[in-house]
Amino acid sequence: MLEYFLQHILSFSIWLPIAFGVAVLFTADDNKPCVTRWLALAGSLASFLVTIPLYTHFNFADGGFQFQERFLWIASFNIHYHLGADGLAVPLILLTSFTTLIVVLSAWEVIEKRVAQYMASFLIMSGLMIGVFSALDAIFYYVFWEAMLIPMFLVIGIWGGPNRVYATVKFFLYTLLGSLLMLVAFIYMYHQTGSFAITDYYEMPMPLNVQILVFLAFFAAFAVKIPMWPVHTWLPDAHVEAPTGGSVVLAAIALKLGGYSFLRFAMPIAPDASHYLSGFMIALSLIAIVYIALVALVQKDMKKLIAYSSISHMGFVTLGFFIFNNLGLEGAIVQMISHGFISAAMFLCVGVLYDRVHSRQIDAYGGVANTMPAFAAFAVLFAMANSGLPGTSGFVGEFMVILGAIQENFWYAFLASFTLIFGAAYTLWMVKRVFYGEVANENVAALKDLNKREFLILAILATLVLALGIYPEPLTNVTNATVDQLLSHLSHSKLPAGF
Amino acid sequence: MENIRYDLITALPEMVLLGMAMLVLIADLFLKQSNRIAIYGLSQLALLMAAYITFTTHSPGAGYAFTGTFVDDSMSDVLKLMIYLGTSLIFVYSRQYLQQRDMFRGEFYALTLFSVVGMMIMVSGQNMLTLYVGLELLSLSLYALVAMDRDNARATEAAMKYFVLGALASGMLLYGMSMIYGMTGSLNLADIHNALMATEKTHSVLILGLVFIVAGLAFKLGAVPFQMWVPDVYEGSPTAITMLISSVPKLAAFAFVIRLLAQGLQTMAVDWQQMLLVMAVLSIIIGNVTAIAQTNLKRMLAYSTISHIGFVLFGLMSASINGFASALFYIASYVLMSLAGFGIILLLSRKGFEADKLDDLKGLNQRSPWTAFLMLIVMFSMAGVPPTLGFYAKFTVLQAALQAGFLWLVVFAVLMAVIGAFYYLRVIKLMYFDEPVDHHPIQVPADMRVALSVNAFALLFIGLMPQGLMSLCGYAIVRSLS
Repeated sequence: MLEYFLQHILSFSIWLPIAFGVAVLFTADDNKPCVTRWLALAGSLASFLVTIPLYTHFNFADGGFQFQERFLWIASFNIHYHLGADGLAVPLILLTSFTTLIVVLSAWEVIEKRVAQYMASFLIMSGLMIGVFSALDAIFYYVFWEAMLIPMFLVIGIWGGPNRVYATVKFFLYTLLGSLLMLVAFIYMYHQTGSFAITDYYEMPMPLNVQILVFLAFFAAFAVKIPMWPVHTWLPDAHVEAPTGGSVVLAAIALKLGGYSFLRFAMPIAPDASHYLSGFMIALSLIAIVYIALVALVQKDMKKLIAYSSISHMGFVTLGFFIFNNLGLEGAIVQMISHGFISAAMFLCVGVLYDRVHSRQIDAYGGVANTMPAFAAFAVLFAMANSGLPGTSGFVGEFMVILGAIQENFWYAFLASFTLIFGAAYTLWMVKRVFYGEVANENVAALKDLNKREFLILAILATLVLALGIYPEPLTNVTNATVDQLLSHLSHSKLPAGF
Repeated sequence: MENIRYDLITALPEMVLLGMAMLVLIADLFLKQSNRIAIYGLSQLALLMAAYITFTTHSPGAGYAFTGTFVDDSMSDVLKLMIYLGTSLIFVYSRQYLQQRDMFRGEFYALTLFSVVGMMIMVSGQNMLTLYVGLELLSLSLYALVAMDRDNARATEAAMKYFVLGALASGMLLYGMSMIYGMTGSLNLADIHNALMATEKTHSVLILGLVFIVAGLAFKLGAVPFQMWVPDVYEGSPTAITMLISSVPKLAAFAFVIRLLAQGLQTMAVDWQQMLLVMAVLSIIIGNVTAIAQTNLKRMLAYSTISHIGFVLFGLMSASINGFASALFYIASYVLMSLAGFGIILLLSRKGFEADKLDDLKGLNQRSPWTAFLMLIVMFSMAGVPPTLGFYAKFTVLQAALQAGFLWLVVFAVLMAVIGAFYYLRVIKLMYFDEPVDHHPIQVPADMRVALSVNAFALLFIGLMPQGLMSLCGYAIVRSLS
């Protein structure tokens, strides 16, 4: 029984939340939302528990794919139902199922309109994103990657803010454009190898000019998703308009899909092009880190500020990827996970305020710490973590990437460390204006502190942020072997003989 | 004597359907309006009988009849079965609509059955004249159907346009055929093929004939630059007829193209490839860009059809078995999507209300979450977003074009698909993000509701398990063309 479960654990991780999502859809009665909420909670909890053995039964010494499942799906095109997880995917899968649980909890009494569709969207999205992280067949992966857009499109569009239609259509079309170019690359490689298996692509020799085109096709898909400057403009819009849960999933997981995919596809499939274009990628990353941080500084809207902060932090991730050393890569992965927790927590904090006052403007607040002391304590902690305070998870990843960057080039590290200053500036300035000082108006004076549900959510996230900051080893243990293997793969040229 | 018996058996489905159509005409004379439902049953029975015969007499090889002018091969059988299924769905979806508009008469059923016979002849024709006769039988039935709502000025105008332009196209087609005949001395596709193998293929009369034939085909398919009739006819016709025009005849038109270009004029592939290429590119651009500006749902779907035809041409212009099979897969998927899409318009319409404006969909998720969800599937499928069938349709066509070496055209096509996604998303936006303006309850018969749900969910399920349909399309093409 356990044996069977472990063999199909990835399938369970994908299909269980989707099945629960469909079941939740059938409880669509807004007059009795209790059934829906509890069913959704049970579904997300079960889905989270199912993914835990991925960690406990993981073989830390093995950098390859574990828990593999493979059978023929579409014979005409040699497409397989092929799942597997390595040290890179496992933490992200756990992050996904965990975040879904948090989102379901955070929506508890906040969402009153079409509760079932809301909960179902997130459960289905969770399954689809786990599918992205564990698919080892290009088309199978692509199906999850694109299908994920549908629930997100609906979530932003139905429950979002006033400008939601613009934001959600922009989000959808931006992502679709990039993905379709990636599809063309997949089809091209299929005609070369006769297979859609990712591992076949890893072995496939390609001349440099082809590699560059393939890399750029992937770049179009992943850079939009991460998002990298200058294709980031959808993100602030989508974040601002999305409901809290939507922002949390976007920031905590959706952005990681892009980062993960760079490591899974673009870099190992086109290693020579990755080296060739690394200067370009590092330049874009540094622009994101410095310039976007400056943009964040002048934001008046809290969600927009956090959105820009996300872009800036994801710049660290791509910087870590393209300096091609162990510290950088490992740091980038830690940064992805840590940003998942911190950005989720920050958006939840904004959500807490928004639910009470219905404004996201910084100047609508002031002196919140006086009326909501417990909440202020959490918010300040997450703000510190966001600006990279040692002892929080935000520090570990950024520090590792900066150390890695120094090995490569001092100036990369020099520019990158600006984020520690700017990050602290924009985050703490926002905290100062929102939480400290005199109570600004009667809205703030009437605020009630966290209820038990909100306290629980923030407490869990705070624990994780601190735990990962003080003792990151449980995470790096999982990724070590995979990172080594990836780096050794990247150091071998794939150019065909004679080039 | 043996020969005649064999001929008759080969064409038995056509014969039976023709007989049943006549029976419908006669029976209609003796029925009161209250008993007219029998006509509906009789028509469905006719399709069922034809399907049974086609299915049971199917053999993997090809059987030629009537001195080689008519063929019963795997492609014809597969396409005919698809046509029966599509027509049967049209009957189910349109019944209430016709009843509410005083169009529930024998003519609709008899003419539709005649058009089906025309389609079947197009699918099975092996001779230019046979093909032409099939096409005319289909076209004339459709002209009459569009004009059936006599007092409706828009429908009459649409019928007039359809007829004049359709007749012009038929004329061009016939003219092109006569030139090919003049050069090869035969009307039979196999003889034309053999004659062309032996002669100089760059002869200007041959090329001119080919141009006329392709232009005629493009008219019938509705490909740019011969698309002008499509939006007007789609918008002007009663929705039930629009659904008919937009769906099953495309299957027959596909077979028509395959028969003429891939079988008869296969040796001239280099020439017609270029023509199809230009039309494919233009259709995708004009179809997708113009659809954005539409406020009428039927008109929007008309432009969407034009862009879908562009994608089908992408598959056809690859001029390989892979390309033809992918084009067939695309067109079969398109027919399923189109039936579901128009089916939902019929579901939302009621007496005195056509539900053909985009704004009529506003807030559908609040009025009927189930219907909105069905439309959501259809729209995402048309936009080509996985895990729906539409994605695999685009996928197969694009991979065929890429295999044929059209890399940059494929990149262009996917960019256009993004533009196309915009207007499909707008429909979803209206249904899900806007508040309803119309609060009438949606009342439809149960069989329609069930059939429509199955149809829309088929888009999702075949999207998850596309192998069956892919194998079927591959089987049809490989057996017939190689």
